[in-house]
Amino acid sequence: MTFYDYKQKWDWDKMTAFIEGATPADVERVLAKGVNVGPEDFAVLVSPASGYLEEMARMSAEATRRRFGRTMQIYTPLYISNFCTNHCIYCGFNCKNNIGRVTLTQEQIAEEARAIQSGGHPFKHILLVTGESPKHAGVDYMAESIDTVSRYFEQTSIEVQPLDEADYARLIEHGLHTVCVYQETYNEKRYPLYHPAGRKRDYRYRLETPDRMGAAGIYKVGVGNLIGLENWRTDAFFTALHIHYIQNRYWRTKCSISFPRLRPFVGEGFQPNYPTTERDLLQLITAYRLLSEDLEISLSTRESPRFRDNVVELGVTTMSAGSKTAPGGYSDWDKNKELEQFSVNDDRPVDKVVEAIRAHDFEVVWKDWDLSLNRNTFEAYGHKAL
Amino acid sequence: MKELTIGGRTMRSRLFVGTGKFASDEIMARAVEATGSGLVTVALKRIDLRNDDDGMLRALRIPGVELLPNTSGVRNAEEAVFAARLAREALGTDFIKLEIHPDQRYLMPDAVETLKACEELARDGFVVMPYIHADPVLCKRLEDAGAACVMPLGAPIGSNKGLATAEFLRIIIEQSNVPVVVDAGIGTPSQAAAAMEMGADAVLVNTAIAVAKDPVAMGRAFAMAVEAGRTAYEAGTAPVNERASATSPLTAFLND
Repeated sequence: MTFYDYKQKWDWDKMTAFIEGATPADVERVLAKGVNVGPEDFAVLVSPASGYLEEMARMSAEATRRRFGRTMQIYTPLYISNFCTNHCIYCGFNCKNNIGRVTLTQEQIAEEARAIQSGGHPFKHILLVTGESPKHAGVDYMAESIDTVSRYFEQTSIEVQPLDEADYARLIEHGLHTVCVYQETYNEKRYPLYHPAGRKRDYRYRLETPDRMGAAGIYKVGVGNLIGLENWRTDAFFTALHIHYIQNRYWRTKCSISFPRLRPFVGEGFQPNYPTTERDLLQLITAYRLLSEDLEISLSTRESPRFRDNVVELGVTTMSAGSKTAPGGYSDWDKNKELEQFSVNDDRPVDKVVEAIRAHDFEVVWKDWDLSLNRNTFEAYGHKAL
Repeated sequence: MKELTIGGRTMRSRLFVGTGKFASDEIMARAVEATGSGLVTVALKRIDLRNDDDGMLRALRIPGVELLPNTSGVRNAEEAVFAARLAREALGTDFIKLEIHPDQRYLMPDAVETLKACEELARDGFVVMPYIHADPVLCKRLEDAGAACVMPLGAPIGSNKGLATAEFLRIIIEQSNVPVVVDAGIGTPSQAAAAMEMGADAVLVNTAIAVAKDPVAMGRAFAMAVEAGRTAYEAGTAPVNERASATSPLTAFLND
C-alpha cells in the first residue's frame, strides 16, 4: 500500500464540506486536546470557524519552544538548472515560456557556493533546485552536483523532478539529506488542468514520491501544496494526512512542510483560484504545529519581511535568506536575473534577516548536520584525516 | 556529598547539562557556568569540526568544564561508532554520549543498536554513556557490555514531563553497578531533586534550562535542587509512615 491507496478513504468534496461546516465548538474541542492532534482534528483547525488564531498562535509558540528551543535554522536555495519539460500553467519555468535556459557546470556551481558563503555567511545547509528535465539535469548530474556542494556545505537538500527509489538510494550515497517534492494539489480530478502535459501530468507517480523516498532512507521529506490552486483548506487537510502517513510509516524519516503560495498580481499570468491572506497563512502554520510538535516548518523568501519577522516565534523552525531564484544568481545577478522562477518578496540581504531573527533572542543555526553522519559520503570526500 | 566518578574521572557536580535550544552561544555559556556542571554534552552535528574557531566550542571553553560529545543524528550502531571515533579524534576525549534514536518524532532510543554500539565502543576504550529507555534488563546488558554508566530517560526528550518512568528507574537504581544518570524529560528543579532523592547518581538537563525565561537563573535553580536531592538521599530520608501503631489486636494474645 502507498499513500495513493491510503488516501482513498477520504473524498475531496466530503472533506471540503466537513471543513466548511466546522463550528466554534468543534474548534474548542480540538484545542482542548493540545498538540499532536490527528489529521481530522487538523481539518477543524484550518476551517473558517474563526476567532481562535490568537490562542492557536500561543499554543504553537509554546510547543515550538519546547521542541526546538529559541533557534531558527537557516538555509539558502541554489538554482542549478531551469530547463523544464513540464507545462505547469502557474510556473515561470513552464517549458512554453520564452526565457533563457541554462544548466550550470560544476565549476559554476562551485562559484555559486563560494558566492553564497562570501561576506562571512557560514551557510552549511543548501537546497539545490532544478526545473524538471531529466535530459538536462538527470540523476548523474545531481550526483555530481551534490559532490560539488558537499565541499562547501554539510547538509544538501534537493527540489527536483520526482525520482525512482534506486535513484534516491544512489544520491544518499553522495550525501543527499533532504528531498522536497510538492504535490501542488491533492485534488486528483483537477490536477490535470494545471499539469496538462509532461511527466508531471502523472498525479499518482508524484503522489507516491515520499513513499519511494522513505523506502530509500531519505533523512527528511519536505511536502507541501501550492496554496491558491484549489481550496487551500482542503489541500491543507490532505497535506496533513500525507505527513501523518509518512511519519507513521517511515518513522526514521523526518518531515517538513513549506508554503509555496500564489498571490494575485497585476497583468497577465496565472491568478490564484483561491487567494489567501497572511492571516490564512498564519492559521496554516499554527495548525500544522498543533498537528505535530516535531514537524519542521519552513518559510521562504516568497513571504514579506514584515510577515517573516512577526512569525519567528510562532511555529516556524527554518527560514531561507538572501535567496536568488535564477541559476547563476549569486555570482552574477545582473546577468542572470531574467532567468528567475519567481521574484522573492523578502529580498533583504542575509545580514538583515539574521539581525531580525536575533532581535527575537533567537539563535541562528547554520549547521545542524554533519557529513560524518553519512559515513559513505564522509569517507568519499576524504575528510577522514581530521 | 559523596564524589561521583565516571570513567575514572571525578565529576565536580552531579548535574550534567545539554547545549541545544539556547537563544545564543553566550547565554548558553552563562547558563552552563551557573549550573556549576563539569560535564556538558554537545551534538557533533551542531559543531563545525573543520573550523578551529567554531562559535559553540569557543563559548564552551570554560575552566573545569569537560565536553561530552554526543552522536545525535545517527540511525544505527555503525554510524554511531564512526561518529564517536571522529569526535574522539577531533575533540580529544574518550567520553561519548551514545545516542541512537532513529525515531524522528519522539527521539526514542533504539535499544538493539545502542547495545551493539556500546559493546564495540567499550572494547575500543571509550567511556560510553548510553542514552536508553528506563529498561532494567537493558541496563544490565549495557553494564555487561562495558558501559561507564547508564542514562535512562525520565520522559521523552524535551517533554518536561518529569519522572514518568519512576517505577522502572527505581529498579534500575536498586540493581545497578554503574552510575545511573537520569537523562531526558526532567522539566523542573523539583523533578531533578526527586530523581536524586530516589538515588540517581546524576541527572542531565537541557530543555528546561535552555527554554526557561531566564536560563541563567534556572541553571542555578537546578544546581541547588540536585545538591538538595543528593544531600537528602545521603542523609537517609525519613520513612513515610502511614500506619497507626497504638494497639496490636491481632497479636496481643501472645503477651498474655
